Amino acid sequence: MKRPDSAWAALASRRFLVSSWPWRSYAYLLSSVPVGVLTIAVLLVGGVVSVALSPLIVGVLLLTAFPLVGVLIGIVERWRAQLMVPGGIRSPHAVMPATISRRERSRFRRREQASLRALGYGVLLGVLIWPLSTVVAGMCAAILGITLAAPVIAGLDEMAMGPWILNDPWEGAVFLVLFGPPFYVVSSYLLGCFAAAEAELAKALLGPREEELRRNVAALRRSRLDLVDAFETERARIERHLHDGVQQRLVGLTMTLGLAELDLPDGEGRRLVVKAHGEAEAALADLREAVRGIHPRVLVDHGLEAAVREVADRSPLPVAVQVSLPGRLPAPIEAAAYFVVSEALGNVAKHAQATRCEVDGWTDGDRLVVTVMDDGVGGADPAAGTGITGLVTRLDALGGTLDLSSPTGGPTRLRMECPCRLDD
Amino acid sequence: MLLREGLASILDRAGHEVRDAVSDADTLLAVVRKSPPDVVITDVRMPPGHSDEGLRAAAAIRAELPDIGILVLSQYVADAYLSSLLETTTGGIGYLLKDRVGHVTEFLASLDRVAEGGTVVDPEVVRQLLARRRDDGPLAALTPRELEVLALMAEGRVNASIAERLVVSEAAVRKHVGNIFAKLHLEEGLDRRVSAVLTYLRS
Repeated sequence: MKRPDSAWAALASRRFLVSSWPWRSYAYLLSSVPVGVLTIAVLLVGGVVSVALSPLIVGVLLLTAFPLVGVLIGIVERWRAQLMVPGGIRSPHAVMPATISRRERSRFRRREQASLRALGYGVLLGVLIWPLSTVVAGMCAAILGITLAAPVIAGLDEMAMGPWILNDPWEGAVFLVLFGPPFYVVSSYLLGCFAAAEAELAKALLGPREEELRRNVAALRRSRLDLVDAFETERARIERHLHDGVQQRLVGLTMTLGLAELDLPDGEGRRLVVKAHGEAEAALADLREAVRGIHPRVLVDHGLEAAVREVADRSPLPVAVQVSLPGRLPAPIEAAAYFVVSEALGNVAKHAQATRCEVDGWTDGDRLVVTVMDDGVGGADPAAGTGITGLVTRLDALGGTLDLSSPTGGPTRLRMECPCRLDD
Repeated sequence: MLLREGLASILDRAGHEVRDAVSDADTLLAVVRKSPPDVVITDVRMPPGHSDEGLRAAAAIRAELPDIGILVLSQYVADAYLSSLLETTTGGIGYLLKDRVGHVTEFLASLDRVAEGGTVVDPEVVRQLLARRRDDGPLAALTPRELEVLALMAEGRVNASIAERLVVSEAAVRKHVGNIFAKLHLEEGLDRRVSAVLTYLRS
């Protein structure tokens, strides 16, 4: 038989009375007593002390630490709630990277809404929940205990149950049989409902909130996109800087050297100037190559297809390019696709021993798909280079994926997929 | 700035008259309209956008004043930009890497060719175009020497210049050119051969 997945389902089950649920309800309600008492004591003492010390800075600091008490209450109460919630309650707190310092951690936790909610729950627990639970569960437990002990008590002394005076063990036993079962039934359901309601409250206040999760995910995604965007902007800035600065100066240098060549008579001096001119040109060519790796101009001005063609033209082996796109895509997506192709073709040329290569790009619904295939030796290991890893991170931020299939003996096939839009 | 001054001094020394030296595309259009020169030399990128204002200015000048030769210089050349230049015109156009200005004699020769209505294409662009067609049937049928001649033709050189470059006679170049046109099934017309070759390579 299927185990009930919540206290309410257990209450509705026909096996409720013979299951562990009534006892769990007792345990849950009664265990709220020590926790509740401790909580209210800590909150009261903390409150009084911090108010008393509030003229001093210590008092204020103490007040700001209150949400951390909430975090602690949350941990204990979520653990206790496992009695009533079979799967337990998931923590609403954001997961923090291991690299963050303790100080940063506590600062973040103090400001987290979930911490304040847990603190509120702590107040409720200390003021209302534990006294109520004590009254209800305590009375039921007492009555049940007396009923069970009725034969013994009636044997030792006399026991008054309304108009009925029990004064020997037999009468006590009759009372136990007549009153015990109905009371067990009524009290079990009563306590079950009570405990389930409390657990529900704990879940509502100490568990993660749906919209909170959604908001966190959306914020996370946005911040990653911002990061990718900032990356692009920065690359564009660096490229501009190089173009307007160093490159212009080198061009000026080649012009001056060119003019000097014209004026100098043949001889050692002229030979050296010609050499210097050649070196300046080589520097310009290197710089152009570097700039292409940072922020390719063709990509910005003419889009993915032209840029992929250009990168294919520069490859030492023949590359067949087949790219058909409906139009321009957002810059970060074009850049990601371009660098995938560029990196892949570089790797093919370096490692694959291929004789030919094929780059295809198309859109499938609202996704951009780009594949790079070669007829080389295969056995490419994506973990070996940092290039591919970086691209995967970049694509990941855009909601895209990169798959590499490269069995030993080839062929190698790289497939990139990415949404065509940034906003979703 | 630096480039503009350097260019002006090179042109001065060669006996050309520098009418104006301006720093953005709008001013360029204005001064060209006011007193049309023989040739306009422009960078692809210009303020304020630093994108392809120079190319757009070139297209505008070509549309308004088709007799003015246009030489476009760039930090970086790619076939993709060539198309926007060739679309509007068949001659009097040049597209070169800025580095080429340093080879003063050759640069001035290119400038003269543009002024005369010829086409000048940077060797780097031609190399890209040839790289794209390397598996192609007809091109594979060319001999290495013919490929060299084809590349030089695509750069916009005339036979004499090709002959000088390859250290052969002009007659030999004429023979190679004839073979190339025959193998590629192109019509040979001397005045249009650059655009014919480029169109073939870009198709």
